[in-house]
Amino acid sequence: MKKAKIAIIGSGNIGLDLMFKVMKNPNLEMSLMVGRNNSPRLQQAREMGIRTSDQGIQAIIDEPECCDIVFDATTAQVHIMHAPILKKLGKITIDMTPAGVGAWVVPSFNMEENMDKDNINLISCGGQAVIPIIGTISRIVPVLYAEAVNASGSKSVGPGTRENVDEYTHHTADAIVKVGGAKKAKAIIVINPAEPPIKMHNTVFCIVEKLNEEIEAKIVKALNSIVDEIKTYVPGYTITTPPQFDYERNLVTTAVEIEGAGDYLPKYSGNLDIITQAGVRVASAMAERM
Amino acid sequence: MHLQWQKECEVEDMKRVGNKITIIDTTCRDGMHAMAHQFKVDDVARIARGLEKAGVNYMEVSHGDGLGGHSINYGFGAATDEEWLMAARKELKKTKLAVLFLPGVGTMDDLRMARNCGVDMCRVTVHCTEADITKQHVKLVKDLGMQAFGVLMMVHMVTPEKLLEQAKIFQDYGVGAVYMMDSAGHLLPDGVRARVSYLAEKLDIPVGFHAHANLDLHIANTIAAIEAGATYTDGTHKGLGAGAGNTPIEVLTAVLKMYGYETDIDLHSIEDAAEDVLTPIIGNNIPHIDKVALTIGYAGVYGSFALHAKRAAARYNVDARDIMLECGRRKVVGGQEDIIIEVAVELAKKKAKAVD
Repeated sequence: MKKAKIAIIGSGNIGLDLMFKVMKNPNLEMSLMVGRNNSPRLQQAREMGIRTSDQGIQAIIDEPECCDIVFDATTAQVHIMHAPILKKLGKITIDMTPAGVGAWVVPSFNMEENMDKDNINLISCGGQAVIPIIGTISRIVPVLYAEAVNASGSKSVGPGTRENVDEYTHHTADAIVKVGGAKKAKAIIVINPAEPPIKMHNTVFCIVEKLNEEIEAKIVKALNSIVDEIKTYVPGYTITTPPQFDYERNLVTTAVEIEGAGDYLPKYSGNLDIITQAGVRVASAMAERM
Repeated sequence: MHLQWQKECEVEDMKRVGNKITIIDTTCRDGMHAMAHQFKVDDVARIARGLEKAGVNYMEVSHGDGLGGHSINYGFGAATDEEWLMAARKELKKTKLAVLFLPGVGTMDDLRMARNCGVDMCRVTVHCTEADITKQHVKLVKDLGMQAFGVLMMVHMVTPEKLLEQAKIFQDYGVGAVYMMDSAGHLLPDGVRARVSYLAEKLDIPVGFHAHANLDLHIANTIAAIEAGATYTDGTHKGLGAGAGNTPIEVLTAVLKMYGYETDIDLHSIEDAAEDVLTPIIGNNIPHIDKVALTIGYAGVYGSFALHAKRAAARYNVDARDIMLECGRRKVVGGQEDIIIEVAVELAKKKAKAVD
């Protein structure tokens, strides 16, 4: 099999972590890192022997053959400009921003049906963490309302998210409905400054249409198997509160915690790791079919 | 030189005009916690009438966790924020209508809704180290023509220096005042004085302080804050609020008078409001320092966890105080009510093991 050539646009935390993960992946070959002028991280990439450019999207326009797949780790506004250009160049794009232009994908949950798409959006870190759970439950019994509470360590929440908290809550809630199949949804994000930093924590509440022992047993079994599947690409994904069933309110409550792989970012940055792992998972699966 | 002197005088004027203290009544916001957010629209209207009559400066109305707090995590209200706000708006003329807003819980749609309801002021509220997540919200509040205040919660967790750094972020975003909330009711008067005096001295905008009663220090702390330079503070009827409650506005009014501070509040009218309006609504639900509230104050845990912890304790047959202490150990912050369930499940598991 030929390795898929990868370009990454954006030399922030996400971009660099992606680069480390691409270099470790047997199906992928790191080709070009595109970043801001004089960024110390671009320097770091060069020192590791990676070709870099500070020309933005123009670097890909000038040399389209440098890559098969482009990761866009810029911002939602910038990706909206990039998306049509990359499409015209015939590149598969994996969008790490909350722009939501392309197909919304959670690898463990709906990757197979989206393998033919040329723009894959990875929703948000919280979306990657909770949609597999909500979606798994909604495949068993209709979820009338789902709520996801994400707590992330202060140090792992970068300036992009800080300036756009609303973008996160809206996009995550929309994806819980659109991908996770809940009828209604609410996403909440809390930033916690504790030292040492907390791991990313997500509590999921689902109000289901009905609840009985048979449904309960099905949910427990299905959640265990989806968690095993997620662990194949996010080893640090752990259930911290096993599903709790409240028959009075038809409420299912569960919580997960995510520890990062510690590739470029520290292990507490599970919130960033889960989305970069998801991106590389999609790229790797696409490479296998090229 | 002269210019510098003039500037300092102006700053002084902005901070404190004579001995005047501005008070926000938050019975229909912090008090919501004690009521599990079950105030009826008519209750809010009656409380609003009382506040208007007593001349209180601001009435804050929202879900206890701010606009958009209605959720499984924090509890659903008996009415929507919009219904509560419209009910209050109809009754208020001189008293300004305010809301509380936490980025990450509410969204900018909630702010637009508030403006459409005729809200005058919004307190944009964050944990005391995270002021830089409020930029887009402070801007929108101001663009919509509302007054914006900044609020730092759980201020016992960090030093005055850190609080100043965070308050300055709010100041740069253009808020009209910065509040410090002792959300756990954990501070002793010395801690209040150190924080308030430092910020009052270094900021160009007024400083406010919001107390909780978990260690029975709410009046003492509020007075300490005012003596140290705070010109804004909060109260609620009968002290109704999260944990053991807040500063009772009627008592505060009397005490401030005795200290010689000026307020716009008529003492008899606010006493009437607390006694004749609120008491029939809340019945025996008058806040007091029970053992869970005391643990919150002692361990420094977010006050609105109290009711949630009691419910989880009953459901999983564990001690609510143990839940609070574990939450304190994990350094959870406001908004992380979901952790209570996780802790309760763990404690129950440990207990079952011990019995085996």
